Amino acid sequence: MLTLESVSYRYAGARGASLRDVSLELRDGEVVGIIGPSEAGKTTLALVASGLAPRAIGGTLGGTVHLDGVDLAGRPMHEVAGQVGIGFQDPGTQLSGVTETVFEEVAFGPMNLGVPRDEVIARTWDALATLRIGPLAERDPARLSGGQQQLVAIAGLLALEPRHLVLDEPTAQLDPAGTGLVADALAAIARAGASICIVEQKTDLLARLAERIVVVDGGRLAFEGAADDVLADPRLRDLGVAEPAGVRLTRLAGEARLPDRASQRLTGAIRDLAAADR
Amino acid sequence: MSDLAVEGLVHVYAEGAVRAVDGVSLHIGAGERVVVIGQNGSGKTTLVRHLNGLLRPTAGRVTIDGADAATRSVAGLARIVGLVFQNPDRQIFAPSVRREVEFGPRNVGLRGAELRAAVDEALAATGLAGSESVNPYDLGGSRRKLLALASVLAMRTPVLVLDEPTTGQDVRGVERVRSVIEAAHHAGRTVIAVSHDMRFAAEAFDRVVVMRDGRVVIDAPTDEAFAAASWGTLRSTHVEPPLPALVGERLGFGSTPTDARLLEALAGAQ
Repeated sequence: MLTLESVSYRYAGARGASLRDVSLELRDGEVVGIIGPSEAGKTTLALVASGLAPRAIGGTLGGTVHLDGVDLAGRPMHEVAGQVGIGFQDPGTQLSGVTETVFEEVAFGPMNLGVPRDEVIARTWDALATLRIGPLAERDPARLSGGQQQLVAIAGLLALEPRHLVLDEPTAQLDPAGTGLVADALAAIARAGASICIVEQKTDLLARLAERIVVVDGGRLAFEGAADDVLADPRLRDLGVAEPAGVRLTRLAGEARLPDRASQRLTGAIRDLAAADR
Repeated sequence: MSDLAVEGLVHVYAEGAVRAVDGVSLHIGAGERVVVIGQNGSGKTTLVRHLNGLLRPTAGRVTIDGADAATRSVAGLARIVGLVFQNPDRQIFAPSVRREVEFGPRNVGLRGAELRAAVDEALAATGLAGSESVNPYDLGGSRRKLLALASVLAMRTPVLVLDEPTTGQDVRGVERVRSVIEAAHHAGRTVIAVSHDMRFAAEAFDRVVVMRDGRVVIDAPTDEAFAAASWGTLRSTHVEPPLPALVGERLGFGSTPTDARLLEALAGAQ
């Protein structure tokens, strides 16, 4: 369990706080989506929840972050890294830059944490297979497309087998199939007991993956709830968060004052398509 | 105004490695709005990086108004084709927003009032007016992306190439990008984008180029590219048609790739 209690955070040199009084609990096996408009504090929340802020980037933290009851502030980074994986939006930030093949890159994390060699190899092949990038194993990570690099970065996280995973727009550069593979992989590791906190603009992805959604605005928690309820909440639109495509179409149909029969046909078709997707 | 042609383009990054672009031919007329879609690694970014000479073809060529782009200097091409990278941090380096946006147009020779006007216009279009003195790295990721867009816009090139312009943008950010494209279109400029955002692709562009394994598998007007007959090909390159296209087909309306088109069809079907 990852617990944030009345957390505030100010970047080094910044005048104001980027997070204010945020309390959040991430239970084992749970997938929580974080949404909000640009510059609401979503990425900052990811940095704090993963222990990178303030430890690695400075700044001032108020409140506490506990991992399974232990205050993160008192624990060495290598220990935190073994427990909490973090995925950045830009795979260029994530990749080590020191490996020559995709295989080495994915193996890099568990190697560094001292996982036995045979297990590192097994985990690496597993992670590559899960995201269907086995054929890229011998390629140079620097010479892959942005989307392929993003899959490699996520494979690296899977190979770490973290208990908690914090992801900042992990599918920003992925095609729909890649996004689907990542969603399936995350769902599988959540079922195995990991907790996952995922910052996303793609509400369609969260509709499929998250059980609970937390809405951030102006550095504070605006509201939270079950994913289906939050994603259909009209306040999202006022905040500038993209609604899932089906929610948006249904709303637009209402605003266009379509005849009842047309509206019913529309909602029926959206429902059928969503059911076929699951 | 500039007429672009890609002829039999092949690009191989390293010796013996993958053919990232494998025989692409395209003609893009002045003022067109074209979006390039397709699976990760299908060659979209590699293709568009040839348009401003950032990459040189392994085989084939790119011509601008009939002249081989390889015969022009990189600086000469930069006056014609402005390219905005997927990741703004590859492009941003100045200490303030204003200096960043000034850099490009200054390099292509704009000075004085003309320079100021170009910069002000680009800042206004991207919603960055008022942030001129901010350090780019104090902007959030979404506004840094808009800054990268502004700095290319300010060069007033006849062709704009945008690589994944909507990633990391919220609803308002996507709206900004759309209005920039709209304004460029009205000014007669060509806009070419690479995107995985199918709603954006369907709503903001007239023509869709679909890539798979370095080749073009569909090159058609937006309606046709997202019509049911294309879905098999789209899915073979990991593209899922936008929801209104799926709904419209299910309800027997034919190709309705945007919300607006679907609602029109629903309202008309009595």
